[in-house]
Amino acid sequence: MNIIAATIRRELLIAFRSPGDIINPLMFFIIAVTLFPLGVGADTEFLSRIASGIIWVTALLAVMLSMDSLFRADYEDGSLEQLLLSPQPLYFIILAKVGSHWLVSGLPIVILAPVLASMLALPAEAMLPLLAGLLIGTPILTLIGAVGMALTVGLSRSGLLLAVLVLPLYVPVLVFGTGTVSTALGGLGISGLLALLGAMLVLAICLAPLAIMAALRISVS
Amino acid sequence: MLSVKDLFCERDERVLFQNLSFYMAAGEVWQIEGSNGSGKTTLLRILCGLNDEFEGRIEWQGQDIRRVRQDFNQSLFYLGHTPAINKTLTPKENLSWFCASRGLHKQDQIKQALNSFNLYGYDDMPCYQLSAGQQRRVSLARMKLSEAPLWIVDEPFTALDKQGVIELEAFFAAHAAQGGTVILTTHHRLEIEHGVKSINLDRLAGLAA
Repeated sequence: MNIIAATIRRELLIAFRSPGDIINPLMFFIIAVTLFPLGVGADTEFLSRIASGIIWVTALLAVMLSMDSLFRADYEDGSLEQLLLSPQPLYFIILAKVGSHWLVSGLPIVILAPVLASMLALPAEAMLPLLAGLLIGTPILTLIGAVGMALTVGLSRSGLLLAVLVLPLYVPVLVFGTGTVSTALGGLGISGLLALLGAMLVLAICLAPLAIMAALRISVS
Repeated sequence: MLSVKDLFCERDERVLFQNLSFYMAAGEVWQIEGSNGSGKTTLLRILCGLNDEFEGRIEWQGQDIRRVRQDFNQSLFYLGHTPAINKTLTPKENLSWFCASRGLHKQDQIKQALNSFNLYGYDDMPCYQLSAGQQRRVSLARMKLSEAPLWIVDEPFTALDKQGVIELEAFFAAHAAQGGTVILTTHHRLEIEHGVKSINLDRLAGLAA
């Protein structure tokens, strides 16, 4: 549909014209992961055991921090009102918006993760499960974060409130995401866990845009 | 076109308007007047369905606007206080997304619309480089592309120069002459010859008190 392509084009253009919004969460991800070896010591055996947890938790925080650029500018310049008054299906506009946001915030994190994971001495056989988990998991994080962001966009200092709202909802994704890696390291099949993550993603794609629509209407009025 | 019955709205326990009823027909220009804080913007936002905190009925072609949301949105052009243009995008990109979001296939007319609002040569410049008045013009250029009969515009003359104000008034008059309806708020006297009706919120509040 025309509107989906146009929205993705618009969002990507905006993202590439203000690269700080893309780079800052990514820098946060790199720096926060780098802090762990400095804090807990460079014992590779210990690091390799907590590597997937570190990557997942920091990825989750980085995604949450990147949410601020999703609706903020549109709220301030009034584009959000235009969006809500559009005769085109709002569900797909929002899905396109959140999807393009994931492309510039979630996907770079997934791509960087193997580099940082090998720095933390994650065993090679756990690399693919980590990546697969992140690839399915980060879009869920973005969708859930977008609901929180839509609710808090009208408030001036919403950073901490967003964390309080959204982080508890991130727990299942974190549990299954890190579970994928430890299961793979235990020599068991991970397809079941990935399927569960996939089911969560489908559920999030179906329901999150509806929640975002309702939340945006509240924020705008 | 648009009829309002027994509209009641209060904010912070202050009644903004009550028993407000009117019928806006095709070909009319309505000016909402009132002092600052009298509820002009609130009324416009209620009329276009952005604000739900009211009692009463608002009907579009005889049907409640909340029932015929999509139809109503298709017939509505709304412009609020904020210009609704993204500053990192160029005027052309802003209007192109506007067309897509309205389902209009008018990519080839964007340049023309910008030119008619005196933005010739600015169509590929990011909007943050434009002055406040020019940004306003970008946002107004959307009216040229819009096919909606009902225009609800909040303080459209802000930041425009004298010539711009005259042209915009003529533009509103032309829209009304073609059978459209314009609802606007402004503090200055409109120079449109006929068909201007007004609602004074201060006077209404005075009557209520």
